[in-house]
Amino acid sequence: MNATTNTAGGAILAEAVGRTYIDSYGNEVEALRGVDLAVRPGEFISLIGPSGCGKTTLLRLIAGLDRPQAGRILLDGEEISGPSHERGLVFQLANLFPWETIEGNIASGLKARGVYRGKRAEVQRYVDMTGLKGFEKTYPHQVSGGMAQRASLARALINDPKVLLLDEPLGALDAFTRMDLQDKLLELWKERGTTTILVTHDVDEAVYLSDRIVVMTPRPGRIEEVLSVGLSRPRSRGDDEFLELRTRILEMLHFVSRTKEPEYFL
Amino acid sequence: MSEGKRRGSIALDRTAQSERYWKPRSKAVVALETLVLGAALAENLLLPTKQDVVNLPYRLVLGAGIAALFALIAASLWSGKARERLYHYSQYILSLGLILILWDFFTQKSDILPLPFFPSAGQILQVIVEDRQKLLLSTFYSLRLLVVSFAIGTASGLATGIFLGWYRDVGYWVFPTVKIMSVIPATAWIPVAMIIFPTSFGAEVFLIVLSVWSPVAYMTATGIAGVPKAHIEAALTLGADERFLLFRVAVPGAMPSIFIGIYTATGLSFATLVVSEMLGAKAGLGWYINWAKSWSNYAAVYASIVIMALLFSVVMDLIFKLRDRVLVWQKGLLK
Repeated sequence: MNATTNTAGGAILAEAVGRTYIDSYGNEVEALRGVDLAVRPGEFISLIGPSGCGKTTLLRLIAGLDRPQAGRILLDGEEISGPSHERGLVFQLANLFPWETIEGNIASGLKARGVYRGKRAEVQRYVDMTGLKGFEKTYPHQVSGGMAQRASLARALINDPKVLLLDEPLGALDAFTRMDLQDKLLELWKERGTTTILVTHDVDEAVYLSDRIVVMTPRPGRIEEVLSVGLSRPRSRGDDEFLELRTRILEMLHFVSRTKEPEYFL
Repeated sequence: MSEGKRRGSIALDRTAQSERYWKPRSKAVVALETLVLGAALAENLLLPTKQDVVNLPYRLVLGAGIAALFALIAASLWSGKARERLYHYSQYILSLGLILILWDFFTQKSDILPLPFFPSAGQILQVIVEDRQKLLLSTFYSLRLLVVSFAIGTASGLATGIFLGWYRDVGYWVFPTVKIMSVIPATAWIPVAMIIFPTSFGAEVFLIVLSVWSPVAYMTATGIAGVPKAHIEAALTLGADERFLLFRVAVPGAMPSIFIGIYTATGLSFATLVVSEMLGAKAGLGWYINWAKSWSNYAAVYASIVIMALLFSVVMDLIFKLRDRVLVWQKGLLK
């Protein structure tokens, strides 16, 4: 614990992190090499890059679902050794428990830690906060992707994590729902001050939401550049500065994808 | 078969009825079924009987059936639900009436189908009424045996399945055993069971437990091992301990599979029950069949089969009801 921070967010420090996988063909794939990254408490940061650049791997390492083979990752100075509710993760496809209602899913954030008893009102507060009122008793397969993702967010947030990890949570949603949820994310982030790390494919989304954007390149997965967005919020997607930054990142990614190796191995 | 007649396209086919009651509304069939049921009663009353039979129970049951039909027709005059039900089941009732007429005629009225192998419905009902004490006791014995063995079998199957589905090392050793056991019919162990257990009740329980245990264990293990890794990971990032992972994630996730195991086991347990009761039991529906057969009382054999059909249907129904409750979250099961 870092007693000097006055926000609810934690600080993440990645030092020379490396991770190699064996893929299904038996080839070694270097998902990450020498990744150094410092995320400040309360910061909103996006990881962006083409597929295979290791952004999801990095997120999973921070979540503690996987271990780095080289280097280490610290949360508030303590090395991450496994998953914990302090680092809440929202998955790409909500990944709710299908056997629980929306309410039950949100409560499972508390139940998993054995602290649910007597906290029904708390669950209702998160239901309201994420705009799920009226859907408490429905099951995940009955709600839309956007609703499911709201519930998934509530399930992670109810544990008051120091760091919120978002793995392309809005990627599968339609444009309107996506923009709607981006605003919701910003609102919750501002209110709570939780350090947020977002993995995304969507440059617009990264520029709209983030304090800083980490551009990553594949094979091996490395950090190409870290950009400060520096635009005041609320941001307008049509502003010159917004578009300029967006174009810059797109060019960077385009350049990367033009020079990368072909995607087949024989 | 035309597109509209397939089960999946009921919505296109139906005119006004609900999903459940979809048969066409035909007043003619209702009239016809009433006539045919009446004819079945008249046929039994009026034609001379060529076999030795007490027909009173048959006539009472048939009369009660006709009364129930009239009650339904009366109810359908003001209740929409009763009307839908009446129309939907009309074709069944009509066929049932025809079958009863043919059955009665070819057995007790003409003696074309010989006794004792082809008793009339009247004779079967006669046995049920006259031998009710023995049949009631047998039903009770069978039910007791089934409930006790099924409970033990399901509980032990669940425990085994959870354990070997969750712990890879346990699975390595135990899963092949369960796999082999699940292909051996429990009844093959009869000689062994009779040696191990001093009482026939013990042997019967053992055989049924065995028949229930292996499919439940097998499907539980498969279900637990097949719970998506993503659900486990989600729980881990919420701070779950192993207990939560196992009982709040793996087990609920395995429930659809577990229920497949349970109803496979239910069918197997019925078969095992009947056979094992023929071994040395003092009562039970299986024992009753064996006992009736030994003096060629086929009407009694059928009486026992009729009771089994009713009893086992109720048990199966209860299990489906339980499944629908537990798996209410599954897509397609929710109304």
